[in-house]
Amino acid sequence: MSSSTAPGAIGAETRGRTDGPVPRGERPAGRRAGRRIGRNKWFSPWLFAAPGLLVVCAFSLYPFLSTVYNSFTDRRTLIPGHWVGFANYRELWHDDAFWTGLRNSALYVVVVVPALVVLPLLLAMLVQRRIPGIGFFRAAFYTPVVASIVVVGLIWVWLLDDRGLINSLLEALGAGKVNFLGDQWLLLFCAMAVTIWKGLGYYMIVYLAALANVPQELHEAAAMDGAGAIRRFVSVTMPAVRSTMVLVAALSSVAAFKVFSEVYLIAGPNGGPAGEDTTLVMLVERTGTGLSGRVGYASALSVVIFVVVVVLMLLVLRADRKEDA
Amino acid sequence: MSAPTASVTTEPERRPEPAGRRRRGGLTDADGRRVPVWALVVRYLLLLVVLVLTVGPFVWQLSTSLKGSHEDIFSSPPKFLPSHPTLHNYTRVADTIPVWDYAWNSVKVAAANVVTNCVGSALAGYALARMRFKGRKAVSLVFVLAMLVPVEGLIIAQFTTMRELGLNNTLIGVLLPGAISSLNVLLMRNAFLSLPAEVEEAAFMDGANVWQRFLRIALPSVKGTLAVVAIFAFMGSWDDFLWPLIVLSDPSKFTLTIGLNYLHGTFANDERLVAAGTIIAVAPLIALFACLQRYFFSGVGEGAVKG
Repeated sequence: MSSSTAPGAIGAETRGRTDGPVPRGERPAGRRAGRRIGRNKWFSPWLFAAPGLLVVCAFSLYPFLSTVYNSFTDRRTLIPGHWVGFANYRELWHDDAFWTGLRNSALYVVVVVPALVVLPLLLAMLVQRRIPGIGFFRAAFYTPVVASIVVVGLIWVWLLDDRGLINSLLEALGAGKVNFLGDQWLLLFCAMAVTIWKGLGYYMIVYLAALANVPQELHEAAAMDGAGAIRRFVSVTMPAVRSTMVLVAALSSVAAFKVFSEVYLIAGPNGGPAGEDTTLVMLVERTGTGLSGRVGYASALSVVIFVVVVVLMLLVLRADRKEDA
Repeated sequence: MSAPTASVTTEPERRPEPAGRRRRGGLTDADGRRVPVWALVVRYLLLLVVLVLTVGPFVWQLSTSLKGSHEDIFSSPPKFLPSHPTLHNYTRVADTIPVWDYAWNSVKVAAANVVTNCVGSALAGYALARMRFKGRKAVSLVFVLAMLVPVEGLIIAQFTTMRELGLNNTLIGVLLPGAISSLNVLLMRNAFLSLPAEVEEAAFMDGANVWQRFLRIALPSVKGTLAVVAIFAFMGSWDDFLWPLIVLSDPSKFTLTIGLNYLHGTFANDERLVAAGTIIAVAPLIALFACLQRYFFSGVGEGAVKG
């Protein structure tokens, strides 16, 4: 993670604390001043932190704890509910919709993550050189990130429509029409394509920041030694951005697993034909909300999502550490 | 490959180069490296291909929204330019759904979200970075944990919480869960940490109290990160779909994203209307981004934004 990290990112903290405020041998004085500055009236730090703490506790930590608790009850939106132990989890195990959702969300990770680790890196290398007009291209490539997901979803539904642009181009080229929005698997892959399309620009920026930290001399030295472009990429660029690739893998796998909007917009609220394109978060939304929502059951689903997300993060981060050692 | 050495070795050497060498003309890039003509041509061709892939869909949507009702929008081969461009579809959207009310709702929520996120995360970030108090580590941990919990798993509990607070189906309810995001708090904390402590110590010696140090000295120095927080807060709120979808049930309270989905569901047969609606939703964002992209990209380049 650190190779792409300019001052200011997480991890800068330690640097700031150890060598920041300690100029040439004045450590004792600096320290004393620091400590005196630190001695505020006891309530003022809390006053500063209070709004943030309040919001975060009320809308992140408390909901998290109540989700875990509710997952062991049969609570509904309007009915408080009783403790039912693992009944919700047992029901999940036998619920076909749950396995469909898990399959789709997992498939999403498998397809989307490799694409989002590799393609934005290539894109970043394409826009890295500061040639005339490159600012325009960078900004333009970022537009899909800026556009809201609903807009993106509706644009692609229109592009993929039976009579939409892609099909009329296919027809004009003499190929047949493809019923993108009618087939269970095509629908899911279209949603994946949209996710990739929308994510390209975001991860491109992340990679650009990492590439900016690759020492130029290394490239030049390698070029002097006769290394070609591919060799330089493998031996100079790759090692330098490897930790960023892991970061991108972690971020995109978690995001892909929690996909909602793209599939909801392209496959429809019911998740395509016979609900076969439903993802886990769509299932949470469908079962847990509304006046007859099964809060307990949806909470159990949410807990499964938490667990999978944590496991995904650990797996990716562990892969990082293994290669380090 | 550690960050400090990398930045130390690259930064000082790269900066002076562009100004000096760019003027030498034609076939060197801004970093002063020589670029063969064919490589440049290939690069621009690739850039154009990606440009068509990324921006093309928006242009096609704009074109559709400008096509009149007598024009065939399904023609094959497709027609990229409207034969008689008209803004008629935009007025028709407004007749069909209260799109300007929806946009206004989105503006209200997004503006409030920017204010709460900037103020709240600057205050909390400053406390975490610059103040010593019992429990500081615990407070930091709370923010880190909250950042790690996936929002998508919380929506049901947030939904029931909102019901209990009586805030369901209100714009306040849409705003609250994201009002101060822990990611922003941690971003601001890191920004404050990277400031040298000496200036504040000097101000302290001169008798400045903590509010004065915060407002007059620390805050003006982290404008860049604050701008990034503001942009992210605005875009996040303007784009949010899942949470407003859950919390809002009354069509008169809809935000633009939910309203557009509703428009799509109701009038899927007329793509011109949906296209006009999406352009209304996306145009302000693209305009905002175009104006701020300089700050945005420099903020990102500083490494202020990660994840």
